[in-house]
Amino acid sequence: MKLKLASLALGALMAAAAPALADLTIPALNYRTGPYAPSGIPYADGFSDYMTLINERDGGVGGERINVLECETAYNTEKGVECYEQTKGEGALVYIPQSTGITYQLIPKASADQIPIWSVAYGRTSAVNGKVFEWVFNLPVTYWDGASVAVKYAMEQEGGSLEGKKIALVYHNSAYGKEPIRTLEALSEKHGFELVLLPVDHPGQEQKAQWLQIRRERPDFVFMWGWGVMNQVAIQEAANIRYPMDKFIGVWWSGSEADVVPVGEGADGYKSLTFHGAGTDFPALQEIKTQVIDAGKGAGDGTKWGEVGYNKGVYTAAVVAEAIRHAQEMAGTASITPVQFRDAMETLEVTDEEFEALGLGGFAPAISLSCESHSSPRLAAVQQWDAEAGTWTLVSDYMEPDFEIVDPLIEEDSMAYADENGIELRCD
Amino acid sequence: MPEQLIFAMEVTLNGLMAGVLYALVALGFVLIFKASGIFNFAQGVMALFAAMTLVGIMDGQVPFSHLINAIFGTDLHHFGWHIPALLAIVLTTGVMVGLAWCVQQFVMRHLVNQPPIILFMATIGLAYFLEGLSDLMWGSEIKNLDVGLPQGINLWIDEVTFNIFGYGFFIDNLDIVATIIAALLVVSLMAFSQYTKEGRAMRAVADDHQAALSVGISLNFIWVLVWSLAGFVALVAGIMWGTKSGVQFSLSLIALKALPVLMLGGFTSIPGAIVGGLIIGVGEQLFEFAIGAPYFGGATQNWFAYVLALIFLVFRPQGLFGEKIIERV
Repeated sequence: MKLKLASLALGALMAAAAPALADLTIPALNYRTGPYAPSGIPYADGFSDYMTLINERDGGVGGERINVLECETAYNTEKGVECYEQTKGEGALVYIPQSTGITYQLIPKASADQIPIWSVAYGRTSAVNGKVFEWVFNLPVTYWDGASVAVKYAMEQEGGSLEGKKIALVYHNSAYGKEPIRTLEALSEKHGFELVLLPVDHPGQEQKAQWLQIRRERPDFVFMWGWGVMNQVAIQEAANIRYPMDKFIGVWWSGSEADVVPVGEGADGYKSLTFHGAGTDFPALQEIKTQVIDAGKGAGDGTKWGEVGYNKGVYTAAVVAEAIRHAQEMAGTASITPVQFRDAMETLEVTDEEFEALGLGGFAPAISLSCESHSSPRLAAVQQWDAEAGTWTLVSDYMEPDFEIVDPLIEEDSMAYADENGIELRCD
Repeated sequence: MPEQLIFAMEVTLNGLMAGVLYALVALGFVLIFKASGIFNFAQGVMALFAAMTLVGIMDGQVPFSHLINAIFGTDLHHFGWHIPALLAIVLTTGVMVGLAWCVQQFVMRHLVNQPPIILFMATIGLAYFLEGLSDLMWGSEIKNLDVGLPQGINLWIDEVTFNIFGYGFFIDNLDIVATIIAALLVVSLMAFSQYTKEGRAMRAVADDHQAALSVGISLNFIWVLVWSLAGFVALVAGIMWGTKSGVQFSLSLIALKALPVLMLGGFTSIPGAIVGGLIIGVGEQLFEFAIGAPYFGGATQNWFAYVLALIFLVFRPQGLFGEKIIERV
């Protein structure tokens, strides 16, 4: 009897372990706990739910199931590095660190281990330059692109000129928050607007001084590069001083439901940049609802479905799945390696028609990567919050940044990195 | 009147209001330190736990629903009722009293006569435990807290100051309410400690544990009482800060704002916490306005509060209102 039980247990273990060996493993460095969990949970749910849909509906990609290997970082850089070390031996195809701090730590490690990193609109901006950063991708858009798009949008709102206008940047006083400053300074010289810099110390619960200054100086626009509680407090303070919300534009990390809902009616009209569609009116999202969430296979309780963070997760998962498909075609095998995944990323094309076929038509602009350019399409749109309806709506087209300003900055920064680290340029 | 002076007056008023909010957090530290000599590292997390519990009770959220659903495959979220704010505050106070009893019964009682550093370490453990418990009980989402407190610019002050100075001052209604509540809280706490039997017993324990024991005062009861009061103060601080920024895990970080207040006002004085809060609030806001923003690039409030506290420490190590204890060898 004991032998029978032991055999059964061993069989069950083998059955449980066997598919994992054949799966394509994507570590998910999620943060479902800690102070930033409200931002981390929707993304984690969206990413996992899309992959579950692919596994359940299509049997994976090219017949290989996707194994999403969750590792909790609590948005802590040290834990993120631990997660990397724990999971890299599991056949990880790509790392999506979900934190600029973790990205910076993983760039040298993953480059040495030859595993690609995809920092989705965060991390090191100059990683756009594929000639220097062989293993890092930062599509679809960078912070410098975002700053430029925000200025372009403000200029459109002001009838084509920002000459003599004033723009205040309220930013998290960290490397992340300071990212847009160089770009905005260059753009202020070019377009003749005054730039007022207002740093906010972590975590950002007290911003009275900054908003009193905004009330005194009355800038024409306020941009925000915020994170966590800083976003909610800033939007609340803006509402308190009655700053016109349609002139207040946050980066994509300052534009989710978690940032505006706590402010209630006061947040109505607030705007933020985005690189993907809002809402649930997309066939793929509807399929996730019926085939994953309603079927009880969702990663979360389903309440985050269609939120901004959730849609970011869906977008990321969809691009990863397409990159896997492309890598399989290039390599002629379903069971691909991280190197083959990287090669596929460097030639990845996701057209509008392909997004349509994925059930994500109009959800995001087409992607076209190359060895030289590790970010694409480098477009961002502006979305606006409707407090009464509780929805975000896109209020602009996807706009491209001022490449004349942004690209030289990317070239300068990436070449400095190459010099410091003795990196030979590639893509010749 | 010069424009800069008018702005400085507005900044000073806002600094006073911000200081009151810092003082609210500092009060909880003072209560426990005064009665038991314990520096309660968990005070910030207690504010988080109290605010999460309040919102959970008000919204009829099922506690531990994520855990229950994961284990039993159920789909529980809410009971389907909404409890009025006042009743929810009373119920949350009850939960905080229960928590105080648990802390005393399961942690502090076993550490009597241990060195202060051990007790401090125990409160660090308590902080992590409470943070995890809050997450498990109520989830990690940001919650909207609306107990009916007004928010936004006070139009009366705006109008009056505009008529006088030609520039309307911005004062947040929530800050005004916080000031009134803090004043009431301090007066009540002082009256409680001066005029009630339990309050006098609390002061006796604060002065000398052994002497208090010898006259029949129950240390267990007094410490439960003190942790309960600190829990109530944490609830008040949680309501104020939670209304301002939503109830979320970073609420526990408000404790960092209380430390310079305590260093300045003294760890054993209730009025000290208030005066310390006001000095820190005004000092950091004025410094940011006059020096920090123009010459240091801004965001000086956090470090300036600590620098100010350190300067005070050099001249008055016990803080402005703390007890000066001289130990002779």
